[in-house]
Amino acid sequence: MIIELGHYALVLALATSLLQSVLPIVGAFRGDRSLMQVGTTAAMATFGLVAVSFAVLTYAHLTSDFSVKNVWENSHSLIPLIYKYSGVWGNHEGSMLLWLLILAFFSALVASFGSNLPETLKANVLAVQAWIASAFTLFLLLTSNPFARLVPAPGEGQDLNPVLQDIGLAIHPPLLYLGYVGFSVCFSFAIAALIEGRIDAAWARWVRPWTLAAWTCLTAGISMGSYWAYYELGWGGWWFWDPVENASFMPWLAGTALLHSALVMEKREALKIWTVLLAIMTFSLSLLGTFLVRSGVLTSVHAFATDPTRGVFILAILVFFIGGALSLFAFRATRLKAGGIFAPISREGALVFNNLILTTATATVLTGTLYPLVLEALTGSKISVGPPFFNMTFGLLMLPLLLAVPFGPLLAWKRGDLLGAGQRLFAAVGVGLLIGGIIYYVQHGGPIMAMFGLALGVYVICGSLTDLALRSGLGKVSGAIAFRRFKGLPRSAFGTALAHMGLGVTMIGIVGVTAFETEHVVEMKPGMTTQAGGYTVRFDGMRQGNGPNFTEESGHFTVTRDGVEVTEMWSSKRMYTARRMPTTEAGIRSFGSNQLYVSLGDAMADGGVVVRIWWKPFILCIWGGTLFMIAGGMVSLTDRRLRVGAPSRAKKQKKLVLEPAE
Amino acid sequence: MIRRGLLVLVLLLSAAPAFAVNPDEIMADPALESRARALSTQLRCMVCQNQSIDDSNAELAKDLRVLVRERILDGDSDEAVIDYVVSRYGEFVLLNPRFETKTLLLWGAPIVLLLAGAAAMAVAARRRTGKLTGTALTTEERAQLAQVLREREQGNGD
Repeated sequence: MIIELGHYALVLALATSLLQSVLPIVGAFRGDRSLMQVGTTAAMATFGLVAVSFAVLTYAHLTSDFSVKNVWENSHSLIPLIYKYSGVWGNHEGSMLLWLLILAFFSALVASFGSNLPETLKANVLAVQAWIASAFTLFLLLTSNPFARLVPAPGEGQDLNPVLQDIGLAIHPPLLYLGYVGFSVCFSFAIAALIEGRIDAAWARWVRPWTLAAWTCLTAGISMGSYWAYYELGWGGWWFWDPVENASFMPWLAGTALLHSALVMEKREALKIWTVLLAIMTFSLSLLGTFLVRSGVLTSVHAFATDPTRGVFILAILVFFIGGALSLFAFRATRLKAGGIFAPISREGALVFNNLILTTATATVLTGTLYPLVLEALTGSKISVGPPFFNMTFGLLMLPLLLAVPFGPLLAWKRGDLLGAGQRLFAAVGVGLLIGGIIYYVQHGGPIMAMFGLALGVYVICGSLTDLALRSGLGKVSGAIAFRRFKGLPRSAFGTALAHMGLGVTMIGIVGVTAFETEHVVEMKPGMTTQAGGYTVRFDGMRQGNGPNFTEESGHFTVTRDGVEVTEMWSSKRMYTARRMPTTEAGIRSFGSNQLYVSLGDAMADGGVVVRIWWKPFILCIWGGTLFMIAGGMVSLTDRRLRVGAPSRAKKQKKLVLEPAE
Repeated sequence: MIRRGLLVLVLLLSAAPAFAVNPDEIMADPALESRARALSTQLRCMVCQNQSIDDSNAELAKDLRVLVRERILDGDSDEAVIDYVVSRYGEFVLLNPRFETKTLLLWGAPIVLLLAGAAAMAVAARRRTGKLTGTALTTEERAQLAQVLREREQGNGD
């Protein structure tokens, strides 16, 4: 009965979504307030109903109700509670319901926090959100009903895919979807602006926090997914240019571009048409990503979802929204008036450069991902486009971007001084080369290019700090005043610096691990040792064990340095009983930002076991950098500029702090 | 071929995980071995989902790794090894697609897009100069503005 209630709530959600799709927009055209306000109420109702539906599915999973097909296919009575819970979205139907829930959540957020928006804009935004919600609710109800029953009810479930039985599944998809779907708000704002045929700096101010929030979540989601793949797949890679990864990376790249172009639009009213187009593209890429992953059109290391009828349905949604949005754009974009002028060398110019590179990078990833599919469909010849292609093209594109990153904040709006900015970055370049050289010398060995790569990373970090230092007037005024100015800098300045620093940190991680990683593949018998990264790894022996739903063979290793025991570690191979599926659980130990990664292989006839040991220097910098980016996004979100008009607590006394004009 | 693929798939799913490169495959000469490793990362494991033979534990990947090493031992250059593998398995095996007519768009895309974008930027920058800036007020807004100004004037007059 409860299950049917969930199904019923989803049908009702379709009804409220349809109301929300039509009434507010009619109201906006007629200038009818009461019709426009239906949007707010309907958005709340839709969110409530989808939440009920989601709660019911969660309940079914938590109570292991195997009469529900979705639970039977993806759960087992013996798996730990957390996987019963995260298993709700560890499958096609559940993950689409989560997608819808987050979409409805964002609509409800716009409905409740959008009181400072012009009425017609808010009404139109909510209507566009509802178009998307209706399409996906229909998709769920018609092709992917999570509440389908089985008669008679089976006694035991088929288990959750073992690769997904990890804490990563609890965090990764919700974060990723918050990012993906968060961009829907930007999309809806863009469409609403096109419908109204009017757009101004205030529009950009409303759109920026949504972009920022979605971008922050997507950054966290991708980073988390990368670390998950790194420790779960057991061969030590952290980014595979897998189509599914690319599907999430493309909206991130486009979203990053959007974040920067919206900035220009907000401050200078320039790049309006481009910003609208980017907002449309970013969410279109999110939709494309959903299609690629959900339709199973690609073969990839990622586990779930394959069913062509669903693919066709999502393709229809894709064509409708992307095609519709782009047509609307083509018809209406000319009505948006161009804004402020600027010289090529200026803050705006730097941000345009950023957009040029990021969009080209997005297009490159898109081409590489879809090329084999299209080529096969058109000519029948099969080719592969793999990591070597992406590393080369994407890497080459990123070099000029990274070099330019510290310049952006140092250039003035309208007309900047490139030479002056270059001089101010002298110290950053010097420190970069110095530290790059030192690391290169200490690590001895590795390609000479690694030194320049590391130097580039350090330069980006120092360059970002240079901006903060210059704006506080460090060196020009007394320390106390500089500190006061530093504290008085807008939060967005810190956000920018943090996110840019993160880029540098990630760069160091990527270069470091690529250049200086060592790998040993050896057959070990108990008592044997291997050297890795200055540590001695001794294999002590194997042990059999049982988990709640798997059996496991674990190897015990002792790590010593100069004869002193440092740590011990286990590395295991598991066999999940229900699906007879093996997984590896690599043994990982961190030493600073370096990691020792031990993975177990086959047992040999003579009693030995194949062991693969990696020393991965700087690897943690890769994800550490993304933490900086996330922090940057969050700090920037708290900037009061983005909360103008939002109800504020007791007003702070205005401080008179002199700071350079932005 | 398909049947063999399926067989491998079945074996793959039932066998315990192993690594990609096993100790018995490694060549005695480290220089040759590193060449073999570099080549392995460029070759696709045909039965896997988007893995190179260097990363894969499938039987077929192992066969290919061994094959690559045999060719290297026979004195083949890197290109000759790649050519040989392609002649046996087709271009699908290459993770780094060759530059040829059918991949022209693929390799050309980044450069063409970058140049097109730069050109568009230049045109836009030229067009921007000498244009009015800012958003023009609508008639409605102009009326509102006039109203506000009138009220303020009256306020000052009191």
